[in-house]
Amino acid sequence: MALINQRVEVPVIVDESKCLEKCTACIEVCPLDVLAKNPETGKAYMKYDECWFCLPCEKECPTNAITVQIPFLLR
Amino acid sequence: MSFQFDTQRIKTDVLVIGGGTAGTMAAIKAKQANPDAAVLILEKANIRRSGAIAMGMDGVNTAVIPGFSTPEQYVREVTIANDGIVNQKAVLQTGQLGFETIQELERWGVRFQKDPQGNYDVKQVHRVGKYVLPMPEGKDLKQILTRQVKRHKVIVTNRVMATRVLVSDRRAIGAVGFDVRNGNFVVIQAKAVILCTGACGRLGLPASGYLYGTYENPTNAGDGYSMAFHAGAELANLECFQINPLIKDYNGPACAYVAGPFGAYTANAEGNRFINCDYWSGQMMLEVWKELNSGKGPIQLTMTHLDDDTIAEIESVLWANERPSRERFHQGRSENYRTHGVEMNISEIGLCSGHSASGVWVNERAETSIPGLYAAGDMANVPHNYMIGAFVYGRVAGINAIDYIQNLDHLEPDADALEAERQRIYQPLNQPNGIPHTQVEYKLRRLVNDYLQPPKSGNKMEIGLNHFVRYQETLDQMEAADPHELMRCMEVHFIRDCAEMAARASLYRRESRWGLYHYRLDYPEKNQEEWFCHVHLKRSGSGEMELFKRSIEPYIIEVDLQREVYDVAVK
Repeated sequence: MALINQRVEVPVIVDESKCLEKCTACIEVCPLDVLAKNPETGKAYMKYDECWFCLPCEKECPTNAITVQIPFLLR
Repeated sequence: MSFQFDTQRIKTDVLVIGGGTAGTMAAIKAKQANPDAAVLILEKANIRRSGAIAMGMDGVNTAVIPGFSTPEQYVREVTIANDGIVNQKAVLQTGQLGFETIQELERWGVRFQKDPQGNYDVKQVHRVGKYVLPMPEGKDLKQILTRQVKRHKVIVTNRVMATRVLVSDRRAIGAVGFDVRNGNFVVIQAKAVILCTGACGRLGLPASGYLYGTYENPTNAGDGYSMAFHAGAELANLECFQINPLIKDYNGPACAYVAGPFGAYTANAEGNRFINCDYWSGQMMLEVWKELNSGKGPIQLTMTHLDDDTIAEIESVLWANERPSRERFHQGRSENYRTHGVEMNISEIGLCSGHSASGVWVNERAETSIPGLYAAGDMANVPHNYMIGAFVYGRVAGINAIDYIQNLDHLEPDADALEAERQRIYQPLNQPNGIPHTQVEYKLRRLVNDYLQPPKSGNKMEIGLNHFVRYQETLDQMEAADPHELMRCMEVHFIRDCAEMAARASLYRRESRWGLYHYRLDYPEKNQEEWFCHVHLKRSGSGEMELFKRSIEPYIIEVDLQREVYDVAVK
């Protein structure tokens, strides 16, 4: 089967200048487990576009590095 | 990519699958009943923020508090709202044990709204009685429960998803699943299993087309419905769908339960009221459907007539609890409750007994029809049970499970069954050119909308059923790139099972009942003579879905259903 990668706008935005490399607070609390660390930078990012825009990641980030947008299709 | 996974074996006395509202309470109560028993919560997310109340809740909706209402009144109200199809003994548990639950939650630090005299500030949202107790600071409910779980020395395994309940010697003996991060195969032996996996909230496709833009937490994919079915347990009244009036596009509650007591109401485009009660019922949803299809829609929740202080108070609750992102949704459209109504729409379908009545059958002891298997919360068939009902049935299940396991030994699971399940789970990882699970799920749920969204018709649902049965072949072609995607693939299996069960149950009940929840165009009338009964579904000996009628348990509280018809239309 032929497959392509499609670009999508994701709801969870991480300010890399504020994200702490040793912290995994947002990753641990996400009910859908959609956040991960970029192995090269140590910063969190949204790896899977499966967001309930429920906000624990944003609320529990100790440095306010995360902003959750309403997913584009609903906005 | 090639994967190598280990097998992890765990033994516990009581296994709780799902660490949300019901699951955390079940585990705590089991430990209170016997502190020496090993109690394990298996959670596919993290119990700190999982389940329907990941971001807390703004109030309890079915609180029977002395001085405001009685358990008998509550049972009457739910019996009438659910068109008589209830096991009253099961509903009575929620009425009788709710207040104890509230008092215990208070001792744990949950704050309920009180008036200046220190009395509970109970509101009326239901048609007759007062059962809604606001919890304006309820955002941290899940952290409070998590703290109690730890304090009671419950063992918690996060990020492991159960896929099947193990049954042997006609009793539940554990569960099997996998770690959604490292992919390890997990086999758990238990003497009793309590299913608390929430609603099937990912059944229909939201109108936005976004797979996870559901009313329910999208992790609640019907896991427990499917696992109970495969374990051989009976499910009840699955044709009584969950359909909610929600903020259009955002697809979350507006929320009339919060704003209604302050004076907000639902109105049509002409500004007129068309329902006299905002409590969510199938009958209310039918009025919403009629209004939207009458030329008098769209409809909106109206607050513009309220003064600024009142609106600010409503906002302070709605912007902090349950779905706090409502605030940025409205802001993004430059809408404000002071100047704009909230446009409302009819949600996609789901299965949920917390709101309607579709669930795994349980009695008033939270026992399913399989010994050693209990169910509580949104997935357990106690109508209109809401969060208090989840807490109450968590308590009941935890205590009864401890009682049940006395003098019981672990049983060794069947090796062939484990191997077959291992193959089934990991198959999507072995298909590098398979169909992405997102597309498989999208199409399945679009078909659910096309063929099962009410109003229902037999001919349409037959076509839908055929699609859902055949869809097993599509699932076999699904691809996953990692353990996370494997979790989504296994959820799609649950969703397919629920779609087939919802179609079969809806076809079986040849009448209309519960307003829009089971409105059949080909059988538009309620038929008390033939269908005043439960519709049960279970797995037959050959693995098929078998449907049958079950009599309504004798009422313990008298209700005259001839005289007391649930009707909320403004005449």
